[in-house]
Amino acid sequence: MSAEDALKSKFSGDELAFSQFRDNHRVVVPAAKLFEILAFLKNEQHFDMLAEVTAVDYLEYDGAKDRFGVVYVLVSTKSGERLVIKTFVNDPEPLLPSVYSLWKSADWLEREVYDMFGIRFSGHPDLRRILTPDEFTAYPLRKDYPLKGRGERHNFPVLTRAES
Amino acid sequence: MAMKDVPDNIFMTSLDAAASWARSNSLWPMPFATACCGIELMATASSRFDLARFGAEVMRFSPRQCDLMIVAGRVVMKMLPVLQRIWLQMPEPKWCISMGACACTGGVFDTYAVVQGVDRFIPVDLYVPGCPPRPEQLMAGIIALQDKIKHGGTLNGTEFGKRTQPTGPTPYDLDELIRIREANEKLISLN
Ligand code: SF4
Repeated sequence: MSAEDALKSKFSGDELAFSQFRDNHRVVVPAAKLFEILAFLKNEQHFDMLAEVTAVDYLEYDGAKDRFGVVYVLVSTKSGERLVIKTFVNDPEPLLPSVYSLWKSADWLEREVYDMFGIRFSGHPDLRRILTPDEFTAYPLRKDYPLKGRGERHNFPVLTRAES
Repeated sequence: MAMKDVPDNIFMTSLDAAASWARSNSLWPMPFATACCGIELMATASSRFDLARFGAEVMRFSPRQCDLMIVAGRVVMKMLPVLQRIWLQMPEPKWCISMGACACTGGVFDTYAVVQGVDRFIPVDLYVPGCPPRPEQLMAGIIALQDKIKHGGTLNGTEFGKRTQPTGPTPYDLDELIRIREANEKLISLN
């Protein structure tokens, strides 16, 4: 039984949307069920690796109902299968359960999503910024953040020849 | 002592000129290579182009031993404090070459994360344009810098002390100023 069939029979009462493009299998799941479904895929199916956590900002996107989509790419190192799990969260306080307890690789991946999109993960052991400087206050991959920043590029002292 | 008493292997010159001559022919570069331009910098130092011909082949990775900073590549905001610190750690006399479009102006990376020209934050003596500049171009830059050191250099480095203004363009362009103002207004309305 494929992982998708197993999901269908186990979570038959929930609104799961399945789709496929070539060998890319995708499941959209409700945020409330996310942890349960991922735990099922890890523990009872064979998805032992979390390859990627990332997010998409759907602000002003045609036909989008939710602000952020969060994407989890699972890999099975036994069969080589990949499964893409997607869920949606919304402003003002986008929050999801951390999957650090399932896959340790979620540590930095979730920190990156937090850094770039401001989506928080409850239960994450160390949710700090990972790429931008610590004193950065914005979430630069959000669509409402200007490409050239909000003046961050100038908040540094200038060294002249006389003082160096 | 009359001029005719001076042996053939003795030269008369000013101390400034002698010091500048020595300095210009033994530049020890600090390779601050942060991106693709760094590859050309390495090529410049390697056998085909052979920077050793100009006395500048001793790349030092400790800023205490360098006197020429070559900023090769884009510098991100998170890296800028490191760049400034390394610059401050280098002993006088020291010079700085900004190599490539990115180090000079930010290049195509006009984003929130990239410094729009290192000369806004540290003093720069010479710009080498190009994306990336060819090794010949960098060498031409180093030769031009040698020229500059030979002609303007003094033993005590008094030529550095006169420059109290940053060498870069005025740090703000208009749309940057507008953006800062809008951000501040937004912050005020939030608080
Ligand atoms: S100037 Fe061109 S080659 Fe040099 S760092 Fe920038 S993009 Fe790379």
